Amino acid sequence: MVRVVRDKCCYCGGCVGLCPVDAITLYETHLEIGAACINCGICVKFCPVGALEGDHEG
Amino acid sequence: MKVDCLIVGAGPAGSLMAREMARQGHEVLVVEKKQEIGPPKRCAEGVTKHWLDDFGITPHPQCIGGRIEGAALYAPSGKKVMMEGPQMEGYVLERKVFEKWLASEAIKEGARYMVKTQALGMERSGDIWHVHIRTIEGEDVVDTPLVIGADGVESKVGRWAGLATVNKITDYHSGIQFEMAGVNADARYIHLFFGREVAPLGYAWIFPKAFSANVGLGILEKGAKMRAYDYLIKFIKDNPEMFARAQPIEINAGGVPVAHFTEMVAEGVMLIGDAAQLVNPIHGGGITRAMHSSLMAAEVAGEALKKGDVSKDMLAGYEKMWADEYGERTRKLMKLRYFLEKLEDKDFELFADILQGEDIYALTQSKIGFLVKKVVTKPALLGLAKKYLLD
Repeated sequence: MVRVVRDKCCYCGGCVGLCPVDAITLYETHLEIGAACINCGICVKFCPVGALEGDHEG
Repeated sequence: MKVDCLIVGAGPAGSLMAREMARQGHEVLVVEKKQEIGPPKRCAEGVTKHWLDDFGITPHPQCIGGRIEGAALYAPSGKKVMMEGPQMEGYVLERKVFEKWLASEAIKEGARYMVKTQALGMERSGDIWHVHIRTIEGEDVVDTPLVIGADGVESKVGRWAGLATVNKITDYHSGIQFEMAGVNADARYIHLFFGREVAPLGYAWIFPKAFSANVGLGILEKGAKMRAYDYLIKFIKDNPEMFARAQPIEINAGGVPVAHFTEMVAEGVMLIGDAAQLVNPIHGGGITRAMHSSLMAAEVAGEALKKGDVSKDMLAGYEKMWADEYGERTRKLMKLRYFLEKLEDKDFELFADILQGEDIYALTQSKIGFLVKKVVTKPALLGLAKKYLLD
């Protein structure tokens, strides 16, 4: 499952709009990755500041 | 709680829609999840003046962060093309004020607002949507025939209504910006910088305001070797003549849909603004398109509520209205976008030689055919231009 690096997240919500399984929700300034996450890595690739970290390599 | 129309999101799209619906006499509630309407912005705040004039929107003077006479475009070598003229006049808004002002305009007409109120989900029974919300006072349900998704790129309303609003990473800019003080750039112009090493498949910008400037860039991941943030740091380092004394006073990030794929209506649901991916695919500007979508949606929604028919078929009038106004233009701009994505840095230099400001303005207005004639003496480009720009 993708993890949020809190020190980096600017809570822009950009990743939410990309998630193919609707696993991400932005609650005001708190980004939450839900259990539905399939670790596809799309949000990780997108994040402008590198605040999302996936499990897989490459 | 029962209302005629629930609007999720108090950005420019949501609040303009609220103003229109309230003005028509409908009971409107706007819920905004943030405790403050406006910040953090996900935006460079630029807007053309003529568009606002055309739609009778005169922002309160406090909403205006800077006044702009035109744009300066820079090829990777620094070669500059100027765009000026009445069509290019614009504002760099102060979004955090502008959005509150738009909300105040809606409230003047009778719209109700709840801030720090998150929509959690919705289900439908008969012709009514039951929207679950969480406010500072606890959870509640809003019953309404019509839900407006003005909830931005992260739109949940669209997903709850079963619309395919998921963006594709190939058509979604990764955006980053510092608002900076101490930037040395001519404040009469917005400045746009192109190049594979500057902002791959996007561009970098400086949008000046009275005592600061939005300095940012948008990139497409497929062309990038590092993160948007890293490109921005590099851009600032590489241009000491502009940024030697500049310091950040704010950091902004965001996703920008540069293609429009999603449907815009479902039974009792309409999407407006970024939620419906209504952004100019060439420059990524979304404020005016968002606000225009509100005006169109409000026209159809008002009629639908009056008739007591909020079916998808009825609301589809809005989608058609949008397609009539923007469909063909957006299709051409998409072709231009795909063409521009093929260009190397040397091609940008070439364009800086052969294109005037008015040519570039014409391109942004989706007049793209003439570009093929312009590059007729440049075989490498001609092939690309023919492939991507001709029908």
